[in-house]
Amino acid sequence: MSLLRFFRPRTPPSAPLAKERLTVLLTHERAARNQPEYLPRLRREILEVIGKYVHLDDDKIRVHYESHGTVAKLELDIELPNQSGSVAVPRQARMAQPAAS
Amino acid sequence: MAKVIVITSGKGGVGKTTSAAAFAAGLALKGHKTVVIDFDVGLRNLDLVMGCERRVVYDFINVINGDAKLSQALIRDKRIDTLAILPTSQTRDKDALTKEGVERVIDDLKEDFDYIICDSPAGIERGALLALYFSDEAVIVTNPEVSSVRDSDRIIGVLQSRSRRAEEGLEPVREHLLLARYDSERVARGEMLKVEDVLDILAIPLVGIIPESQSVLKSSNVGLPVVMDPSSAAGKAYMDAVGRFLGETIEHRFVKPERRGLFQRLLWRTA
Repeated sequence: MSLLRFFRPRTPPSAPLAKERLTVLLTHERAARNQPEYLPRLRREILEVIGKYVHLDDDKIRVHYESHGTVAKLELDIELPNQSGSVAVPRQARMAQPAAS
Repeated sequence: MAKVIVITSGKGGVGKTTSAAAFAAGLALKGHKTVVIDFDVGLRNLDLVMGCERRVVYDFINVINGDAKLSQALIRDKRIDTLAILPTSQTRDKDALTKEGVERVIDDLKEDFDYIICDSPAGIERGALLALYFSDEAVIVTNPEVSSVRDSDRIIGVLQSRSRRAEEGLEPVREHLLLARYDSERVARGEMLKVEDVLDILAIPLVGIIPESQSVLKSSNVGLPVVMDPSSAAGKAYMDAVGRFLGETIEHRFVKPERRGLFQRLLWRTA
């Protein structure tokens, strides 16, 4: 009822949050859409190999794939635990390859 | 040269069939020979929305299978003489649609019509993929709501990678955003995504904003495309969208809430 609405305290607008959530989600989904299908498997296997030498949590390895025209870039970001166990030093490995298509 | 237009959305219930009926009727009212095909095999509904459900004898699948001629399956609209409907089948056979069959029917329709409107089913399965496959242009029906926007983004990705134009490396399918069920009152209160928000996110050109309107239900109740109801705001908005689609410059209406006096505001109900 309009009369009730007229006197009700205003709730904060929810639309900005909808936009923000969508923007974050779709950036992620669009990137994933263009990824080669082997990427999740590759990520898992890399995690297994590194796991033989140091203990690594699942969220410490990030695989990022980008395709620009004729060249595709695969970026691995692996965060190894510091020997002393205090500060983690990220180490990056990059490899470039011609795009699949 | 005849143009194939797909009306699609990914998500169900956003107003694809209403929009397909309105768009087809709008193009036909402007004098273009238009046919609208229902691709939702198993869930025939376009005939009902268009008010010709009792005239269905043969359907799209009968024509594909060679059980009927195209001229036998086409239903000529009794109100607009440039409009025809090709209803879908009620079969449960999911493989009834074939790419070759659809291509043959569309090629035959191109002989007689200026515009071929493909009313896509929801989802990204076979029916939806075939509805968009042969398209030259796409109208993406989106509601200002998170799941609809997300699914529209997904279907835009499908258009850009799995349509015939994409596969054959031709000029890409031209995309048009049709923002339906827009409630400017709720937008003004910050409860609903704004036009600009949806445009920022989807980044395709806007062909029309259809206001949330009671006349849409009323029109489907009586089987009349909403553009034929001269009193309907949604009908006017659809006609504007058709005009823009045809290249006319028309300012967007129904974006701002109507101004109401205090008395009206106190008495106004949403129901």
